[in-house]
Amino acid sequence: MATAAAQRTARTPADGAPDTVDTAAYQHAFDAAVAADERIEPRDWMPDAYRATLVRQIAQHAHSEIIGMQPEANWITRAPSLRRKAILMAKVQDEAGHGLYLYSAAETLGTSRDELLDKLHAGRQKYSSIFNYPTLTWADVGAIGWLVDGAAITNQVPLCRCSYGPYARAMVRICKEESFHQRQGYELLLALSKGTPEQHAMAQDAVDRWWWPSLMMFGPPDDESQHSAQSMEWKIKRHSNDELRQRFVDICVPQAESLGLTLPDPELRWNEERGQHDFGPIDWTEFWEVLKGNGPCNEQRITQRRRAHDEGAWVREAAAAYAAKHTGDTGETGATRA
Amino acid sequence: MSTTDWPLWEVFVRSRRGLSHTHAGSLHAPDAELALRNARDLYTRRGEGVSIWVVPAAAITASSPDEKDPFFEPAADKPYRHPTFYEIPEGVKHL
Ligand SMILES: [Fe+2]
Ligand SMILES: [Fe+2]
Repeated sequence: MATAAAQRTARTPADGAPDTVDTAAYQHAFDAAVAADERIEPRDWMPDAYRATLVRQIAQHAHSEIIGMQPEANWITRAPSLRRKAILMAKVQDEAGHGLYLYSAAETLGTSRDELLDKLHAGRQKYSSIFNYPTLTWADVGAIGWLVDGAAITNQVPLCRCSYGPYARAMVRICKEESFHQRQGYELLLALSKGTPEQHAMAQDAVDRWWWPSLMMFGPPDDESQHSAQSMEWKIKRHSNDELRQRFVDICVPQAESLGLTLPDPELRWNEERGQHDFGPIDWTEFWEVLKGNGPCNEQRITQRRRAHDEGAWVREAAAAYAAKHTGDTGETGATRA
Repeated sequence: MSTTDWPLWEVFVRSRRGLSHTHAGSLHAPDAELALRNARDLYTRRGEGVSIWVVPAAAITASSPDEKDPFFEPAADKPYRHPTFYEIPEGVKHL
């Protein structure tokens, strides 16, 4: 018997390192569980590479949720109505929650939230490159909800069936909350699109700027994606990057039509034979540049994150001090009474 | 720098009266009161609960690390604990 906390971080099935015979047996049990579409839970034995892949992916995902709060929070004080302001605040708060669900999931793999935040602040772990683009107008809030949250949903729905239990469960919660994010963005864009010519132009401009970066959110093409094949074998991923990207394009085309807006791709057209849309080439140089840190807002995002963390330090310290004092008082009172 | 060492809490939410509390997830908080408040903000933003329990993760004792171990075996060879084990003639009612 052991406490749940100890078990959450247990790296091997027993207290000691398993011998090679056991490792083979454990590997076999793991493979069988994955093959049978069972979930792997924190205390199960798992290959080190599976654990490392999950930590990397979940951390990157968690960081994206909290960094993603910044471009939208940029517009909270300038929302055009109280209704829009309340909606935007609720959405940004949801993203903070998503980050926390995911940090919790990562912690079940034996890494701490503090450690992950330190790595984010030191630039040693990444977040989605989409959040390194600026939100220049109010319409960007709509384009983010429709396209960025839309792309995230397309990515995340299959993750609800991910082989790692805690990650899959976090994704179920997240996906439930995401649909409001996407719908509020769509509604916002529709209002602008049907508004004055200036408002319509503003909506079109936002879509023009966010469309390609949204397509990049699915990651590099399949033949250049280094982790994809193994992740699919482990059933962490269920579909390839290109498959999900295609699905997203096919979903967006009719939605754009209903908005009365166009997508900025002259090569976009229905391919009768494939039963899917063809679309133009993606500028992967831009993607890699932004990922490397050369996007328009990389510097700003990470600086702001560090500042928020540092400026919140006194709150965390005060709460910890209060808790310590509170616990101490109880002890002392007890001692006096005894 | 970010080490504040807030303990981990497991959160259980009763979604409505008449149902049990169910594990919703976990969070960090310095003490029980803040754990409850954080749990409300994190797990019941859309009316998902009418009651919350927070339990220090360190206080939970769990069965063996390997969930497939012999601990649960005694139940496996006792099919007679299930109603479907018994053969009852067709047509007998309310049984
Ligand atoms: Fe999110
Ligand atoms: Fe979202």
